[in-house]
Amino acid sequence: VPARSITREGVEVHRFSPIATVLVPLFALLLQASVPLRYPWFNTLDLPLLVTIFFSVARRNPIAGTATGAIIGIFQDALTHRPLGLFGIAKTVVGYIGSSIGAKVDVENPGSRLIMTFCFYLLHSAVYHLMARGMARLDIGAFLWAHQLWAALMNALAAVVLFAVLDRYKLRS
Amino acid sequence: MESFFSRYRNATVLVGTLFVQLIMLATQIKAPAPASGAPGGLGGRPAEGAPLIRTWATGILTPFERLAVYTGGGVRTLWHSYIDLVHTRSENNELLRKIDQLRLEQAKMREDAEQGQRLQKLLGFKEQFPSQTLAAQVIGTSGTDTSRVIYIDKGTSSHVENGMAVITPDGIVGKVLRADSSTSQVLLINDPSSGAGVILERTRLNGILQGTSSGKTQVVDVMSDENIAVGDKIVTSGGDRVYPKGLPVGTVAGVAPDEQDGSFLDIAVKPAADLAHLEEVLVVTKTAQSAAAQDANLDVSPTRTVDMLAQRLPSVPEKPADAGKTGGAGGKAAAPAAKSANQTVGTAVKSAATTQKPGVAAEKNAATGATVKPAQPKAVKPATAQPETAPPSETETPH
Repeated sequence: VPARSITREGVEVHRFSPIATVLVPLFALLLQASVPLRYPWFNTLDLPLLVTIFFSVARRNPIAGTATGAIIGIFQDALTHRPLGLFGIAKTVVGYIGSSIGAKVDVENPGSRLIMTFCFYLLHSAVYHLMARGMARLDIGAFLWAHQLWAALMNALAAVVLFAVLDRYKLRS
Repeated sequence: MESFFSRYRNATVLVGTLFVQLIMLATQIKAPAPASGAPGGLGGRPAEGAPLIRTWATGILTPFERLAVYTGGGVRTLWHSYIDLVHTRSENNELLRKIDQLRLEQAKMREDAEQGQRLQKLLGFKEQFPSQTLAAQVIGTSGTDTSRVIYIDKGTSSHVENGMAVITPDGIVGKVLRADSSTSQVLLINDPSSGAGVILERTRLNGILQGTSSGKTQVVDVMSDENIAVGDKIVTSGGDRVYPKGLPVGTVAGVAPDEQDGSFLDIAVKPAADLAHLEEVLVVTKTAQSAAAQDANLDVSPTRTVDMLAQRLPSVPEKPADAGKTGGAGGKAAAPAAKSANQTVGTAVKSAATTQKPGVAAEKNAATGATVKPAQPKAVKPATAQPETAPPSETETPH
């Protein structure tokens, strides 16, 4: 299997080593669970979501994106005391749509990554709130637009930097 | 059919994955109980289910978290202990002075505490307090604002169990939600699903401490006509049977009418413990009934309220020989009885109380909490043996 291929739309498809595929999401989860101990503002970022977006968009395969989002999301759920599946469903949707968009549009430049992550963060929050409040009846507070927009912007900016770092782990042919 | 799946393979996988997770969610979510099962209540408990995946996730991540914390601690120790030593000598002198001052305060507080325990024992209040705690290191969080939990590096192997209180010297932190073998998940008091019974120290008002979705804490179920001031201290009431009574919770930061019911107040609370920067905590592994009796040197033999009252009442001087005559027939009968009973009101009260309910085998002492058996009537004390025949004039002052 070649390290890189081309989709029908002419968009490049990337592959990653199994080690990177496993360790990068684990490291993101580890940072997400550890850093807020010292820096509570870090909770604004959602590194597992950014990793999900990156892998799903880079692979451009909806099935892989769906699986990536589901696995990372369920692992993130496992660290909370909430029911399993809330983050799982939200990230599954993001992974599927991300890979679907990535298969048609080239989202390699920083500008498109910024906008894409901004939108995906809002979509992720909307799905999470919908499931948590609508189905699980959890008290997670109202969907505060100002807070969500601010968090989406912060995550989008972080994604530009993070994706540039993660680009190094793409396999070269 | 085959062409359908091959054509819509991606969408089918998506729908299947979502469906599986929805089923998984549905199996975990319990239908809310009418009252006690509502989120945020004291009875609010997390949904149980699929513990294996939680155990896996915790088992995979916590070793790294532990390593990160320990490594970070080592680096910080290296920096603070060997490199960053500016002003160390002056700080050391200052700290030595503080230690001396604290020792004096500690001695005074110890004496006050002992006195308080003795008084509590006399009054017979049962109180729970932490008799055994376990120090634990905070090694991780949930990583999201929607679930305010932390992970500590002690679990069932260290005798940590679900429901144990977690505190710091500053105040309460939360309770153990799930204890694994070497780690435990702790639900913080500022999570919406947590709850704690608290009491306002100044006004002695009881309330329930709850978290909010924004990560703040508030006391609910307090009537709006109560006098509450900003700065009032809040301590645990012990009524929830999780947190020992009297632990600091925080201070009142603001008071506002309840949004749903104006007859109640929402009291914003500033937690005493810094929940955003927790590093080391104490797990209350054992709460004992306030049996400070083992440590104190007081006589703890069961004493009934009437006996205590009798000892406090003033003695009645010995009656003159003709007192019985002026007291009528009843007085005549009472005179020898009073003499034989040391002629004190206390004894008379004691005797009367002893035979008030002869059919009761044992009574629960309200003051000490101890179960004592009523004293058997003594034949040598007529007033004690036959209280029904003894006139009430015996305990009355002569007219």
